[in-house]
Amino acid sequence: MSRFLENFGAYWIGILERLGRATLFLFQLIAAIFSLVKRPSLLIKQLHATGVKTLSIVLVSGLFVGMVLALQAYNTLIDFGQEERIGTLVALTLVRELGPVVTGLLFAGRAGSAMTAEIGLMKATEQLSGLEMMAVDPFKRVFAPRFLAGFIALPMLAAMFSAVGVMGGHLVGVEVLGVDANAYWSQMQSSVSFTHDVCNGLIKGLVFGFVVSWISIFEGADCIPTSEGVSSATTRTVVYSSLAILGLDFLLTAVMF
Amino acid sequence: MSEAGETLVEIRDLHFSRGSKAIFRGLNIDIPRGKVTTILGPSGTGKTTLLKMIGGQLKASSGSITVDGLEVGKLSRKQLYDLRKRLGMLFQSGALLTDLSVFENVAYPLREHTDLPERLISHLVLMRLHAVGLRGAKDLSPAELSGGMARRAALARALVFDPMMIMYDEPFTGQDPISMGVLLELISTVNSALGLTSLMVSHDLEEAMSISDYLVIISEGTVVEAGSPEQLKSSSSEWVQQFLRGEPDGPVPFQAPAPDYETQLLGKLR
Repeated sequence: MSRFLENFGAYWIGILERLGRATLFLFQLIAAIFSLVKRPSLLIKQLHATGVKTLSIVLVSGLFVGMVLALQAYNTLIDFGQEERIGTLVALTLVRELGPVVTGLLFAGRAGSAMTAEIGLMKATEQLSGLEMMAVDPFKRVFAPRFLAGFIALPMLAAMFSAVGVMGGHLVGVEVLGVDANAYWSQMQSSVSFTHDVCNGLIKGLVFGFVVSWISIFEGADCIPTSEGVSSATTRTVVYSSLAILGLDFLLTAVMF
Repeated sequence: MSEAGETLVEIRDLHFSRGSKAIFRGLNIDIPRGKVTTILGPSGTGKTTLLKMIGGQLKASSGSITVDGLEVGKLSRKQLYDLRKRLGMLFQSGALLTDLSVFENVAYPLREHTDLPERLISHLVLMRLHAVGLRGAKDLSPAELSGGMARRAALARALVFDPMMIMYDEPFTGQDPISMGVLLELISTVNSALGLTSLMVSHDLEEAMSISDYLVIISEGTVVEAGSPEQLKSSSSEWVQQFLRGEPDGPVPFQAPAPDYETQLLGKLR
């Protein structure tokens, strides 16, 4: 029994210790962001690596999610003779929830895991130590550009996901199922509010971008510098990011809507 | 700048532990200025850890390390970074940045710390690359280099800022005879031609003996023996003799500490 208590305590102390390290790491990350003013090229390179390279998977997913939403909405609403309201349903679902959440999950899988693996390998191959010994701060040169890029890229990707999703809904609802195009757009226009829906969706994107980038970079920098360590850090990034996105989404939705 | 005179790095009563394992227990080493010094010791004695401590990447539990009159553990972040600009370090893997070409890797410290015009940077980099024989490989990526070439490129990078001391972490590990010869030649020429201090950690005895002016053997967290290659060869310590001759058994036992063999095998039968 005492052995059990000991292990239980050690487990939680370990988690708290790691959380503390991650928080201190975050402070250092935020402090290092200001150095990017002098080196915008580092940020642009990372925006390309995290944002542009994630764009294709986000656009394709957005299109299909929009199409599926329209199809499901149509099948349900037609029983009530309300099928022209699919525009509202598709747009609100995308902008408020699926846009930021699915983009966040895709971003964690595509860009977050890549950031962790890259930083973890830089640690394993002594590149981070090498930078330190050249009197170059890895926070300023390696971590901060990736962090800021993730924070900026995710809301933009989420917005594009929603936009393409609305197009996908139009494609299925209007072009295939024959809902009136004017009804599709006008219903959407009258029920989606810019401040309440679009802006809140963007705020979700910013929060998810912040959390996913933080987790990804911390996991990379904190990993055990072996191939096994890097691989489990990459897995942890995807698992923790996904759980954080889903948990935070519930909290944000409860506060916002 | 320094009143340290002949001694560039002074390590006094250094203690360091990793978890519950004590790595250093009261280490005292003086590293002479302008010489090639090698720290020898069996694997796992904390040789690389020592280099990281001199570079300020790890902090001592107690004791002090003084480099050119500055106590490393007490420096502010800025002072530490200023000191590091005067130290070059060659990592075992080379630690080249994999997303940059060889040329850009060598130019990296210059671009980070100076506003030199592009033309001058190019000249400085090409001169360093020429010195290590890799001018022709400047456009290759680190992945295209062999292990020996990567280490030479890393040496060029470590030299580009004209350091006062260069630290080599196991420079000969895993090198073919030609690369080994090239590295040996480079380390000793660089030291004499540029008038810097070289500190090397290694367990490649013959190579280390051939180019070092001063050797320090460490084991179990303390210095076992120190002196010139000749002094070490004539050392009366059995431990040193076992290490120098590479004998499998002696003061360092072949067997890891274990319970009695007979009891362990036959214990249950009795």
